[in-house]
Amino acid sequence: MNRVTINEEICKECEYCITFCPKKTILKKKDTLNKKGYYPAIAENLEDCIACGICATVCPEAAIKVEKDV
Amino acid sequence: MKTVYERPKVLTDEYMKYCGGCGHGIINKLIAEIIEEENLAEKAIMIWPIGCSVYADRYFNVDSVCALHGRAPATGTGIKRALEDNLVVVYQGDGDMVSEGMAEIMHAGIRGEKFTVVFVNNAIYGMTGGQMAPTTLMEQKTSTSPQGRSADNAGFPVNMAEIIGSLHGCHYSERVAVNSPANIRKTKEAIRKAFKYQLDGKGLSFVEIVSPCPTGWGVSPVKALDWIGETVLNQYPLGVFKAPKEGE
Repeated sequence: MNRVTINEEICKECEYCITFCPKKTILKKKDTLNKKGYYPAIAENLEDCIACGICATVCPEAAIKVEKDV
Repeated sequence: MKTVYERPKVLTDEYMKYCGGCGHGIINKLIAEIIEEENLAEKAIMIWPIGCSVYADRYFNVDSVCALHGRAPATGTGIKRALEDNLVVVYQGDGDMVSEGMAEIMHAGIRGEKFTVVFVNNAIYGMTGGQMAPTTLMEQKTSTSPQGRSADNAGFPVNMAEIIGSLHGCHYSERVAVNSPANIRKTKEAIRKAFKYQLDGKGLSFVEIVSPCPTGWGVSPVKALDWIGETVLNQYPLGVFKAPKEGE
């Protein structure tokens, strides 16, 4: 399964990854705050992920790591 | 597992002080990716401006200088002339370049200085609280133009990529944007090209990047990207305004 790792502590809740992900089921906002007071993005339902890397491309904080299962 | 994307090692672990959704974060990241991919970390010297990106020296594992307000091209001139083999990257915002530092960038272009300028245009003074900048659009509301910018007392927006592209000393001038994944990738290729021209010893290479300022514009980050596509790009069309001729 492909893997998306998000550094939640540096996420600033801009929602770019959630907006541009071609699979709408994967990224969503966490319902608890991080230390800086944002609701960070989290990745779930990774069986839908195609590892296109768009979430990482648009992330202004470089907080997302994407790995493809080969 | 094959890594598709991970944070470039050229970036430090420092927490970026930009607001959520700020275009500076994306553009800093792109520069770091190119420096890493092209193996330029030992060669690169970044010149940071006054503005939101003033702390960016803390985010990069490369040599950095912070110039006086608007004077980054002057600092870049000195460094590039003394250290010809290094990659000198001048990074400026629109308030810094077009207002305070108009003379410096114009004369760097006129003299054909051989460094790269990355110009981040978000049509507003971001750091000081969203005041009107020379690049602010007509009718755009800012904290110093609450009724919208009017030509009567504030004149008209400035299109830097076209102006710099018209100078003989400029080798390459392009305007790109960071409002979509496709445009972000095009921005990266434009910066990569500019670095290549510099390393080939050509004249000034200039990349203007239309970038969102959600806090200054008073909208959510996603709406800010929409506003770039719907409005800002009408004033600042994307394109190459000076391209080297074949074989140059």
